[in-house]
Amino acid sequence: MKHTIKELEDIASQIRRDIVRMVHGCQSGHPGASLGCTDFFTALYFEVMNYKTDFTMEGAGEDLFFLSNGHISPVWYSTLAHAGFFDKSELATFRKLDSRLQGHPTTHEHLPGIRIASGSLGQGLSVAIGAALAKRLNGDKSIIFALLGDGELQEGQNWEAAMFAPFNKVDHLIASVDYNGQQIDGPTSKVLALDDLQAKFEAFGWHVINTDGNDMQAIVEGLHYAKTLTGKGKPILNLMSTQMGAGVDYMMGTHKWHGTAPNDEQLAAALAQLPETLGDY
Amino acid sequence: MKKYTYTEKKDTRSGFGAGLHEAGKKNENVVALCADLVGSLKMDAFIKDFPERFTQVGIAEANMIGIAAGMTIGGKIPFTGTFANFSTGRVYDQIRQSVAYSNKNVKICASHAGLTLGEDGATHQILEDIGLMKMLPGMVVINPCDYNQTKAATIAIAEYEGPVYLRFGRPVIPVFTDPDQKFEIGKAWMVNEGTDVTIIATGHMVWKAIEAGEKLAELGIDAEIINIHTIKPLDDEAILKSVKKTGCVVTCEEHNKFGGLGESVARLLTTELPTPQEFVATNDTFGESGTPDQLMSKYGLDAVNIVEAVQKVIGRKK
Repeated sequence: MKHTIKELEDIASQIRRDIVRMVHGCQSGHPGASLGCTDFFTALYFEVMNYKTDFTMEGAGEDLFFLSNGHISPVWYSTLAHAGFFDKSELATFRKLDSRLQGHPTTHEHLPGIRIASGSLGQGLSVAIGAALAKRLNGDKSIIFALLGDGELQEGQNWEAAMFAPFNKVDHLIASVDYNGQQIDGPTSKVLALDDLQAKFEAFGWHVINTDGNDMQAIVEGLHYAKTLTGKGKPILNLMSTQMGAGVDYMMGTHKWHGTAPNDEQLAAALAQLPETLGDY
Repeated sequence: MKKYTYTEKKDTRSGFGAGLHEAGKKNENVVALCADLVGSLKMDAFIKDFPERFTQVGIAEANMIGIAAGMTIGGKIPFTGTFANFSTGRVYDQIRQSVAYSNKNVKICASHAGLTLGEDGATHQILEDIGLMKMLPGMVVINPCDYNQTKAATIAIAEYEGPVYLRFGRPVIPVFTDPDQKFEIGKAWMVNEGTDVTIIATGHMVWKAIEAGEKLAELGIDAEIINIHTIKPLDDEAILKSVKKTGCVVTCEEHNKFGGLGESVARLLTTELPTPQEFVATNDTFGESGTPDQLMSKYGLDAVNIVEAVQKVIGRKK
């Protein structure tokens, strides 16, 4: 372990503060799933992945991460800043004119840490597979990580990719699904049910594991375990249950904070629940 | 009129296949992907020599574009292959976000473009692809005119860094360009110098423009013929220089007149040098089943249509 669980939880607390402040600062953005995935991002960047903050597009010899559900950019931006990819003061520019921190992640403004644009849903898994194939051709055994939203699994391209990866033994790939059961128009169970995702991915030939995405110990252990499964002929799917809005009581358990910014009063109420551990931007 | 002859007819897709094989030999980072149309795209030679650098994606074009975009991150130069319809309209958003906006070095190689796909009919005959692709910021759009030019273009785009759309076709047509040509992206080819009219043609329409030029010569009309193989970036300088001399222009393409080469030329001329222009192109229509020759005739894409357009546009000169 590079950090204790307590240290990781402290980092996550700061990232959550950043998320609500960033979204409040521009009065737009997606706090719900950003908060839900904060523990995952913290575990990934501060414990699990091997990478350099001296960013290169290729990332030879490094683990790479791809975010398919690009709307949860606040959590990624804050994580990248605290991991050392750029100065945290830049978080204040989120979604503002002339910023590198666009509403959805992009390479267009050359923000270190980002390797492809995402936002239009359902495209990230294919890209991650492509990056894995290139690493295989290059003899690079590093791991490709990806995060997908659960709602975006309604996009058909995911299932093209889901069929491709096991057939082609793309086995240095760990894709996580943010299984929060919510999407813009309501619970996924009401909009278009995902039902038994484990059975679906297993039927396609994936090795599926289940983790609690809001328990730091569990997510760290889950991702470390996932790494031990790589190189064995199957891609790995981490079915990660999370709570949208995790860490801010009034945002939890509802899709209402998917894409809504808190007002001043709501911001204060959120920050009161999230200790400042690393210093606000 | 300069005399053009040919000793053989070949399909431009075979030029792509030969160019891909050559590019693969030159650069080990060149990789190819196909969505279940290996034979149609003439990828066999590449696959035989570089099996580990070929990815069969199956009938899943969206996934193919995404995988290609991802492979660029590892320094690869992916060439995707399928029909033009499935290379563009079917995967427009994947190209827009994962390739164009992300500025990935993907070469989208599209066969069976236009009416000359023939008997399969309108579902497969895309006449909108040039428009779709040229609207994407940063996308290079190339539509070569014969086997040799397609082969040279394929080799050239492997050496260019950035997203490219390469459009070619199915029918066998005369091979009339230099087999040893150096293909320069964005640089027009002067097919014939003339003084009365500028004929600007792309793709399969270049040979038809040459046929039209010969007929026009018999009628006493001295046509300048320019091959625009790169629709974007357009060779503004070559077009303006020619049109200054001739004072009128006819554009020729196997594509809808809405959104194609003709509109790119019109945009240039409207802002720089307003000039009478006629369009030889399909007129906001889908195609249908038939032989390539029948279709080109029915939809007004023959040499005779170019001759008529030239006569009309010369009549509009002040």
